[in-house]
Amino acid sequence: MSDAPSSLPAPFDPLPEPFAGWFAARGWRPRPHQLGLLDASHKRQSTLLIAPTGAGKTLAGFLPALTELAARGRPKPGEARRGLHTLYISPLKALAVDIERNLGRPVEEMGLPIRIETRTGDTPQHKRQRQRTDPPDILLTTPEQVSLLIANGEAERFFRSLRFVIFDELHSLVPSKRGHLLSLALSRLRRLAPDLVTIGLSATVADPEELQRWLVAQPADGEALAGRIDVDGGAKPIITLLETEQRVPWQGHTTRYAVPAIYEEIKRHGTTLLFVNTRSQAELLFQELWRINDETLPIALHHGSLDAGQRRKVEAAMARNALRAVVATSTLDLGIDWGDIDLVIHVGAPKGASRLAQRIGRANHRMDEPSRAILVPSNRFEVLECEAAIEASDEGAQDTPPGGEGALDVLSQHVLGVACGAPFDAGQLYAEVRTALPYSTLDRRTFDRIVEFVATGGYALQSYERYARIRQRPDGLWRVANPQVAQQYRLNIGTIIESPMLNVRMTSRKNGSVGRGGPVLGQVEEDFLEQLTQGDTFVFAGKVLRFEGIRESECLVSKAWTEDPKVPAYAGGKFPLSTYLAERVRRMLADPDSWKALPGQVSEWLELQKAASMLPRRDELLIETFPEGQRHYMVAYPFEGRLAHQTLGMLLTRRLERARARPLGFVATEYSLAIWSLEDIGAMISSGRLDLVDLFDEDMLGDDLDAWLDDSWMLKRTFRNCAVIAGLIERRHPGKEKSGRQVTVSADLIYDVLRSHEPDHVLLQATRQDAATGLLDIRRLGDMLKRIKGHLVHRPLTRVSPLAIPVMLEIGREPVPGEAQDVILAEAADELLATARMGLDGHST
Amino acid sequence: MSEALRQPTGDDMREAEISLNGTAAVCACEGVLYLPDSGLMAVSDLHLEKGAAFARRGLLLPPYDTAATLARLQLAIARYRPKTILSLGDSFHDRKGSAHMPAPYRDALTAMQQGRDWIWIEGNHDPEAPVGVAGAYYSEFHTETLVFRHEPSRNPTPGEVAGHYHPVARVVRRGKGVRRACFATDGNRLLMPAFGSTTGGLLLDHPAIRPLFDTARLAAHLIGDERIYSIPYSRLQA
Repeated sequence: MSDAPSSLPAPFDPLPEPFAGWFAARGWRPRPHQLGLLDASHKRQSTLLIAPTGAGKTLAGFLPALTELAARGRPKPGEARRGLHTLYISPLKALAVDIERNLGRPVEEMGLPIRIETRTGDTPQHKRQRQRTDPPDILLTTPEQVSLLIANGEAERFFRSLRFVIFDELHSLVPSKRGHLLSLALSRLRRLAPDLVTIGLSATVADPEELQRWLVAQPADGEALAGRIDVDGGAKPIITLLETEQRVPWQGHTTRYAVPAIYEEIKRHGTTLLFVNTRSQAELLFQELWRINDETLPIALHHGSLDAGQRRKVEAAMARNALRAVVATSTLDLGIDWGDIDLVIHVGAPKGASRLAQRIGRANHRMDEPSRAILVPSNRFEVLECEAAIEASDEGAQDTPPGGEGALDVLSQHVLGVACGAPFDAGQLYAEVRTALPYSTLDRRTFDRIVEFVATGGYALQSYERYARIRQRPDGLWRVANPQVAQQYRLNIGTIIESPMLNVRMTSRKNGSVGRGGPVLGQVEEDFLEQLTQGDTFVFAGKVLRFEGIRESECLVSKAWTEDPKVPAYAGGKFPLSTYLAERVRRMLADPDSWKALPGQVSEWLELQKAASMLPRRDELLIETFPEGQRHYMVAYPFEGRLAHQTLGMLLTRRLERARARPLGFVATEYSLAIWSLEDIGAMISSGRLDLVDLFDEDMLGDDLDAWLDDSWMLKRTFRNCAVIAGLIERRHPGKEKSGRQVTVSADLIYDVLRSHEPDHVLLQATRQDAATGLLDIRRLGDMLKRIKGHLVHRPLTRVSPLAIPVMLEIGREPVPGEAQDVILAEAADELLATARMGLDGHST
Repeated sequence: MSEALRQPTGDDMREAEISLNGTAAVCACEGVLYLPDSGLMAVSDLHLEKGAAFARRGLLLPPYDTAATLARLQLAIARYRPKTILSLGDSFHDRKGSAHMPAPYRDALTAMQQGRDWIWIEGNHDPEAPVGVAGAYYSEFHTETLVFRHEPSRNPTPGEVAGHYHPVARVVRRGKGVRRACFATDGNRLLMPAFGSTTGGLLLDHPAIRPLFDTARLAAHLIGDERIYSIPYSRLQA
């Protein structure tokens, strides 16, 4: 092939016709990684391809399958029907649809006899049915659909001829329960089609070997790796901090101060993509931009809770290059192609180096030109975080999270799914499950408990034998007890548990009463609405809305005649600061030479801190104590993210309580933690009445943690998700809850029951496992407590230090810390007593 | 000016004394309504054997709900030693509940029934008399001033005591809300909280509940961990 670059390693299978001709006709040369992947798959080797966006990753992933299918030719008359050849799995259904379009063109132009179809939750029932009996050559689908296909009685026949499984955006799938479920599905596919080869497509990650292991069956002892092809990162992005004359705020996440400067950048560029961390930040930024949009530039909003029709419109306008800017959340995170973006503005903290790199990769899909990005910190600590992220990007450092140990609730779901597909032998299934990387160290006892759980709930009190979902038959195989079980499984499949959403419907308000219903603006979390009362105003769909109430399963709103919403939407974001960036921020604080890179107002702030208190060294934990108002404060600066700090705050207040410091409350930010008390903690430490080393000892993760966890609402929420995934309670299906809450089971109450009767139940075990990495971030807290051992520095001060100002300003903005306690009820009841005593009310009867 | 709500009394504020259509009654922290004059104790929505009912449908909830509900009922009985116990409907979670109830629970229930009258009121979950347990079964039960029925009637009915809706009140202070099961009463009629161990609830401002009451006089007696909190409807949200 004259087209093939000569530098490729031998032995090498050249690109066959008609592919070579098709490439040549376009003046393209196959890239080395495309040919490398082709070569590996000829040898039936599974491979991980790591490449930045714009590198032709997707085409590379499909080339092995396409060439093989092309060589196979059209079926001969009378030939038995050919089964599914290639499975492509993407985390987003939009991506699957996108690929169908992009792949369809070359296939058509080359006249290849290849049928490509998608299968997602949106695929009509009749088409799905037909696909099961008459599958296409290439099926583009999502992880959940694969699990559903496996749970079908036809699975064995359906997958028998499978040759390739392509995983797109593998890096984003692996570190989640979704990835765990997919790894289990893959272990099943390997059994149904022992010949299959996997191809993983991924952005750059911190630990590529983990993905290489993920792609292939793990042996009982040792480990196996898929091959790997790396594509160079192309031009480095140019990332800068937003330049502005404005003062950067001490705290908060609104980034209002930067909006005029952001608007100027939008004017200077062709198309700007503005990324924010949360839906509410997106809403706020969009509204603020329009407030000053004197030139009425086409600026649009795109986030997951907007009405689908509205989103499609924005996407279409984007593809036509009809927009100057789009404000977006993570719905646009992954590899969909969006017109010619020449600037990415990241508003708010980047939270992780890799996360930032992937978002910036959205701009400019030509690899050889650098992407351009501007970071906009919303407060002073975020300035440090942004600067750390810029340095990390320069070095190409990565901090993607590890995949983690396989979740047990996910395993339960898989075991039931397998049983729905075909009877299984427990020993064989155990061996099969262990080939999946996240479950490679699973012990047999835990596996058997999961099977018990799937069968009868796994309770010590065995009263459900007659209601078993799966039963062991005389032949030793486990089978589904009745068809209803399979039906239930299908309704509850998946690992993504969204908080229940309600439609937001516009109404008119006349003379104080709510009028008829208008259009639906989108959906909002029930949890958010729980805090609203009628008349509260909040921002949604780019408008300030007045909350009118909840009717049936809809949230009614009317237009609010104010520009200042009363309820500030929660703006913390769900991603904590990555450990890696936290480390860099601590290093930066400890090194005054590095402050030169920071804006003047921020370096001055740090200088002031140095003079008034101190800046901790990299490995130190600084603890300041000072009085303020009627209270005494203790502020610590662990930089481990809000979740870990919240857990730490809970545990420290318990300990301070025992030490009789009389703590009153605490507030946690991404960077620091403040606790206030009636007693002077500083004096207690200085006089030796309180031992700081004991206070911060790792042993707080023992009994204190257990005692607190049991009552924690966060653990209850974690339990609820586990219970749904494991099939203990039913998934709530939107629109089918009109009958009200009284018919649903309360997961919180089940949790309490289980806790008091079976504290070792496998589902509680799953919940605790989740809590370690999820909402409570216990693992990270543990690592921190280890790190700071012997490195505690106490500074007793007479007043607030400069570094403490941000967290001090958070106090009072936060709701009551801790659980929903009776305290609130007592307070409400006491108010009444107080008014009664003041004689303002009538007399008690 | 609204009448000040009498706050819970007793050594430990475990009960709220109310007047219902002229009859003295006690809303107790145990989740029961006690009438001191007649010695009648009412509980509502026990939902016994709910776990088993779900298990029959393939959802294997913990099988401890019946035991927990009966244990709490035993405590309430020990505290008030009622002459009569009235279970205000939805006593069993489904029709098969009473027939399939494991023997230990049946025995515990039978022991509680010793030496007192027991009345089962018909509910939507248990439209037939329970099988294998003692007690009279009525669709509703009248006393001189009160009428006990499972579902509240749409029309104003003085002295009506009903269940069915599992009323819950939410108190909001400083942006934070707390939900608790509650007794809801305007002095004219009363909604009982659900007694069952794994039941959710409906907020008082739900369209199914609010129209039942004169909201100006409606009060919620919330069941806290150790006491009753009495809060007027108008003051639930500060």
